[in-house]
Amino acid sequence: MTALLEVEDLRITFATRSGTSHPVDGVSFSVARGELLALVGESGCGKSLTALALLRLIPPPGQIVPGSAIRLEGTDVLALGAAELRSIRGRRIGMIFQDPMTSLNPVFTVADQISESVRAHQRVSKSAARVRALELLQEVGIPDPVERLDNYPHQMSGGMRQRVMIAIALASEPELLIADEPTTALDVTVQAQILELLDRLRAARGMAILLITHDLGIVAGRADRVAVMYAGRLVEEATTAELFARPSHPYTKGLLASVPRITGAVTRLQPIAGTVPAPTAWPAGCRFHPRCPASLPRCADDDPPALAVGDSHRMRCWLAASGPS
Amino acid sequence: MSAPLLEVRDLVKHYKATGFLARKTPPVRAVDGVSFTVGTGETLGLVGESGCGKSTVGRTILRLQEATAGSVCFDGKDLFALDASALRQARRRLQIIFQDPYSSLNPRMTVGDAIAEGMEIHRLAPRGEIPGRVARLLEEVGLDPAYAARYPHEFSGGQRQRIGIARALAVEPAFLVCDEPVSALDVSVQAQVLNLLADLQARRGISYLFIAHDLAVVRQIAQRVAVMYLGRIVETGPTEDILARPAHPYTQALLSAVPVPDPTTQRLRIVLPGDPPSPSNPPPGCPFHPRCAHPDKDARCSSDRPLLHTLGRGQVACHHAARTP
Repeated sequence: MTALLEVEDLRITFATRSGTSHPVDGVSFSVARGELLALVGESGCGKSLTALALLRLIPPPGQIVPGSAIRLEGTDVLALGAAELRSIRGRRIGMIFQDPMTSLNPVFTVADQISESVRAHQRVSKSAARVRALELLQEVGIPDPVERLDNYPHQMSGGMRQRVMIAIALASEPELLIADEPTTALDVTVQAQILELLDRLRAARGMAILLITHDLGIVAGRADRVAVMYAGRLVEEATTAELFARPSHPYTKGLLASVPRITGAVTRLQPIAGTVPAPTAWPAGCRFHPRCPASLPRCADDDPPALAVGDSHRMRCWLAASGPS
Repeated sequence: MSAPLLEVRDLVKHYKATGFLARKTPPVRAVDGVSFTVGTGETLGLVGESGCGKSTVGRTILRLQEATAGSVCFDGKDLFALDASALRQARRRLQIIFQDPYSSLNPRMTVGDAIAEGMEIHRLAPRGEIPGRVARLLEEVGLDPAYAARYPHEFSGGQRQRIGIARALAVEPAFLVCDEPVSALDVSVQAQVLNLLADLQARRGISYLFIAHDLAVVRQIAQRVAVMYLGRIVETGPTEDILARPAHPYTQALLSAVPVPDPTTQRLRIVLPGDPPSPSNPPPGCPFHPRCAHPDKDARCSSDRPLLHTLGRGQVACHHAARTP
């Protein structure tokens, strides 16, 4: 597999009254063609900002720090001018968000909004764009697509709106779809529908997906690889089977022990002590050390680099240096 | 067996349409005949998706909204027959915590004042003893007693939920309605709050009505579970029975949609078609029949509404339900 997207040492800075913070601080990963990479973490870990940075959509006063690199098949995304950026945004990289109601325009019909996306990327007539919109609605599994074309967003359920958002993103046949918590606002049965749709589209189109989520459950059995984020950094990265079989970073282990299970014996949950620190107050050394049950004396001062745990399995933890746990 | 602490019988809550089309618009049948009991020191999980009426059940029990019909018997008293002052007395024993601790705490009240308010209203302690009691409550929910002087905005979501719990406990309730108390929290914090609720129950013998959409969370905390669909309970019984061998096709689908953080488990995935129907225009017969994939589905399902009947240790409302041994 060749790398479609490469992110190297991505740092994002926010200058605020309470000081400068780096909510994303040295993140590197790559996504191959057709691959599904899951970026997992809790609120405030920087996963959504990382996604926005890929399309250069960081809201001010946030900035990408010089020295960061984002490459789409070798093209330096951070060096592009406005016109060239448009040829990537929404065209080669599509994006869907958690809340489809706020991303859709309430005063335009579904047909208008999908056609707009079609015509932004292809020179076609309005009627041809409408035909394409209908095909896309069918592809994302909306029942009665002919009638639904002239619906407004408020006439649809949350699951349908997310399907419309996916249709808009697909209009340009992107090579990479960034899905930022695409099912978090949906009920579980609707979540299952949308995830099944994403799986199907990925298989049919060979489209790569960067799935951003807090839910390890939707990652298992879906993602090819998983990257776990904590406090602005990737703390562990591995293939999905490897990560769930041998979670190694104490944070990843803690997350897995916190999730209530639907099968097996009911035992007391083992939560991670404390809370995620704010980006303005990240501790020195390993950022997880104040909450870590396995921390060593050096963890308070020495920031661990990404160390190999096994084949294509890395983590930022000194335990990796002391051999397998 | 002694009488249950709380007995809800045939609870109905309809919302009438207002405005000039009101006479033509059918009422929204948010809760349409719900009955259950909760014993002392017991937790009943009330599970369902958005709009199934589970939160309305919780609110009508406390008379935060007046029910359309039915009765709620708490501690031998008919709550719906109480006058305002008797209701206030009853509410001391019957408290509620909400999903969103951000909006349920007064931002201009210190945490200490918010916790003390209920004790003052019900004159539970002389003024001089109140600060000591507030400090003990903060400790009991795992917070620093010094936080009493701070304001809600200074706390994280998990800490605010702990404050909400301390506030409810201040009046020494026998029964706590927990309306999606961990849905807005990150997994690691969710586990902390679930453990806290379990500890408080073990220590104080409080009963919970635990309203949630997440079956895995309910499994962690509830001895019995009731599954709601479109304003009615479709299946109820001991949690272990219902989750190990769900009998109602809706419970089966809901369970199969729960994401499991383990890529090695092979599970049957039932993806339900469509969205739940509107509670103002429920389908005739079984409310679930338009989405049901039961192999024995027949004409009776679309004409006769199935009533809850006993099956094993639980009850189920389905013409064709059978619990495999």
